[in-house]
Amino acid sequence: MRIALFATCLGDTLFPEAVKSTAVLLARLGHDVVFPPQQTCCGQMHVNTGYQREPVPLVRNFAEQFGDPSIEAVVVPSGSCAGSVRHQHQDVAERYGDAALRAGVATVRAKTYELSEFLVDVLGVTDVGAYFPHRVTYHPTCHSLRMLRVGEKPLRLLRAVEGIDLVELPEADVCCGFGGTFAVKNAETSAAMLRDKMGHITGTGAEVCTAGDSSCLMHIAGGLSRIRAGTRTLHLAQILASTRTVPHVLTEAAR
Amino acid sequence: MSSPTGPAANGTFLGMPAVPPRSPYGTGHLRGERTFPRAAHDELDNEQLRRNLGKATHSIRAKRLAVTGELPDWEQLRDAGSAIKTDTMNRLPELLEQLERKVTERGGTVHWARDGVEANEIVTRLVRDTGSDEILKVKSMATQEIGLNEHLESQGIAALETDLAELIVQLADDRPSHILVPAIHRNRDEIREIFLRHIPGVDPALDADPARLAAAARTFLREKFMTTKVAVSGANFGIAETGTLAVVESEGNGRMCLTLPQTLITVMGIEKVLPRFEDLEVFLQLLPRSSTGERMNPYTSLWTGVTPGDGPQEFHLVLLDNGRTAALADRIGRAALNCIRCSACLNVCPVYERTGGHAYGSTYPGPIGAVLTPQLAGMHGAKDDPNSSLPYASSLCGACFDACPVKIDIPSLLVELRHQHTEQSGTTAEKLAMKAAATVMKRPGLFTTAQKAAGLGRVLAGRDGTLSRLPPPLNGWSDSRDTPAPPRQSFRSWFASAEGAAAMRAAAAEGARNTDDAPQEDS
Repeated sequence: MRIALFATCLGDTLFPEAVKSTAVLLARLGHDVVFPPQQTCCGQMHVNTGYQREPVPLVRNFAEQFGDPSIEAVVVPSGSCAGSVRHQHQDVAERYGDAALRAGVATVRAKTYELSEFLVDVLGVTDVGAYFPHRVTYHPTCHSLRMLRVGEKPLRLLRAVEGIDLVELPEADVCCGFGGTFAVKNAETSAAMLRDKMGHITGTGAEVCTAGDSSCLMHIAGGLSRIRAGTRTLHLAQILASTRTVPHVLTEAAR
Repeated sequence: MSSPTGPAANGTFLGMPAVPPRSPYGTGHLRGERTFPRAAHDELDNEQLRRNLGKATHSIRAKRLAVTGELPDWEQLRDAGSAIKTDTMNRLPELLEQLERKVTERGGTVHWARDGVEANEIVTRLVRDTGSDEILKVKSMATQEIGLNEHLESQGIAALETDLAELIVQLADDRPSHILVPAIHRNRDEIREIFLRHIPGVDPALDADPARLAAAARTFLREKFMTTKVAVSGANFGIAETGTLAVVESEGNGRMCLTLPQTLITVMGIEKVLPRFEDLEVFLQLLPRSSTGERMNPYTSLWTGVTPGDGPQEFHLVLLDNGRTAALADRIGRAALNCIRCSACLNVCPVYERTGGHAYGSTYPGPIGAVLTPQLAGMHGAKDDPNSSLPYASSLCGACFDACPVKIDIPSLLVELRHQHTEQSGTTAEKLAMKAAATVMKRPGLFTTAQKAAGLGRVLAGRDGTLSRLPPPLNGWSDSRDTPAPPRQSFRSWFASAEGAAAMRAAAAEGARNTDDAPQEDS
């Protein structure tokens, strides 16, 4: 299958390892992975902060870059960015776009998937041949959970990983407190939410907390690093891309 | 207080004058004194509040999940509730007129109040006409919203709350902090203190046992029920078809007020009307399950006009607008009027759980309050307007949407209100930054340049590769979180590099080898 990777602005710039793992994983599963080089950002930060006029060119650029009919699927290693493409692009296009943009958005959103949805629903695989002999806990991230309804899919993928010791995260479905600019505008409330999330994570004794969204992981990792918790965060794709041949080696967590 | 460093101060004001997205129609307790982040700052320090709230919301949450989970048609009930409410809002004027006609036919009197000031005046006049200078109150959000008790007090009329939690709040001269459990921020030891100090003639040996606390309140209230001639209630529902009003409650105090006094005055928000009597079938399932986690609330009182020789002999219905028609006029915003005040969204909200109801500054706290309050009372363009800060008091996690029995998409409404706010608030530093970000991100060349510039952030990072202090406005973030320094190479440059191409080829080859060795199976 010809798959276009949407790296997301955050993934491309700050968390390239998660995107590399996504690309490598899809290639290993036998697919033709392309990266439309003119892609940038989905505009989620704009929309969620209250701006719908400003991201119109971003929505247009996204629809143009991924509209190519030879692209069979757009895969995003981020629940919130996939959610933005699926739900918010339409709102922006309806309010400030023209008919062409609305049509472009409709075409692209129908073939855009978050990574775990794509693997389980489209490719029909849950065992991707990964090997990761570590204790791991999974944080489901709000937009994957509630906007995309990925449900058990990431857990099914993780359970099939060879050698993994998957431990349940208490109160997993409670927000980590990131929320984009919420963490800046209401930094103290966000920090209080993060403290509770970190308590649950470290309480599991996991070496790694994983999730399908680099932004939530950035928040959690930033907090864990500040308290010198020693627990690492890794994107789901990094665990799924780890194999016996090319294993992911845990580096020392920032302390 | 406006910032002295704002655009106006340095003489380069570029934007349009700030215009409120809505006129401030609603009056009463619909605007706090501080913005959400400032109010939250104080509440977050209150460890006792966090413990009380965490305990109470967790227990209600678990009960709600149990009783909604056992209904096979819960989702259909939610759909039905949402559909009935949407239909109601679409033809609200017609239904209200029908309600007025039916109430009048059955011997009641209907009054229309444009805002809280008018409603308070109407109720005061009606109480004066009875010759009484004291009234009993049934717990009601509408009368909280308009500050009826305070107004009556200023007019020499004493209003006594009869709901146990409302009574606790009233005796302590406190404010409610939850729609359903107004004293959720208090624990039993605090309640004991309040009773000892404020209930006349209470047993000085009173302990903090919940049953004994309830008994002390009951003794105090019973006497009042027997002697007071006028009661004021709200209404959970008003049926247009029959002119029937409904109050649901847990304690029975409401039924005492609704049946014993001579005169009953009901203040009802105009959005509480339902078209048909049979619609109650849906809402009497949705409301108790969502609010208290009960299959059915212990007391449901229905009354239609007056019945000679039975119950109050005089009945007045005050229909309260107070910003509701303004909200109704907004295509997107009117969805918030579907709210049945069950408070399920409060109990699942991680922001509410940590900051409590008082941080929202309005009668309506929590996620639905953050939507409803700015709609009823408007947002100013001004930087420090408390109501303008409410739509941002959410991480948009969506737990409220999942919990809402009438499927109000609260996160989308919050985003919509944020949009209305930014559209009306002229040019701000944030807007300029957002425009700048969009300009960079719509041009891939500029984006790549910016990525390289970001990479320079590495020189600022400590030896552990993280940034621990960021400049304003990001300093709140960096107070408790480290930020990773941007890596040397972006994904796009790796993918385009020889190294990236080699890694992709190797992955493809490995996949092909595995497929040859042992075909992968879906488990």
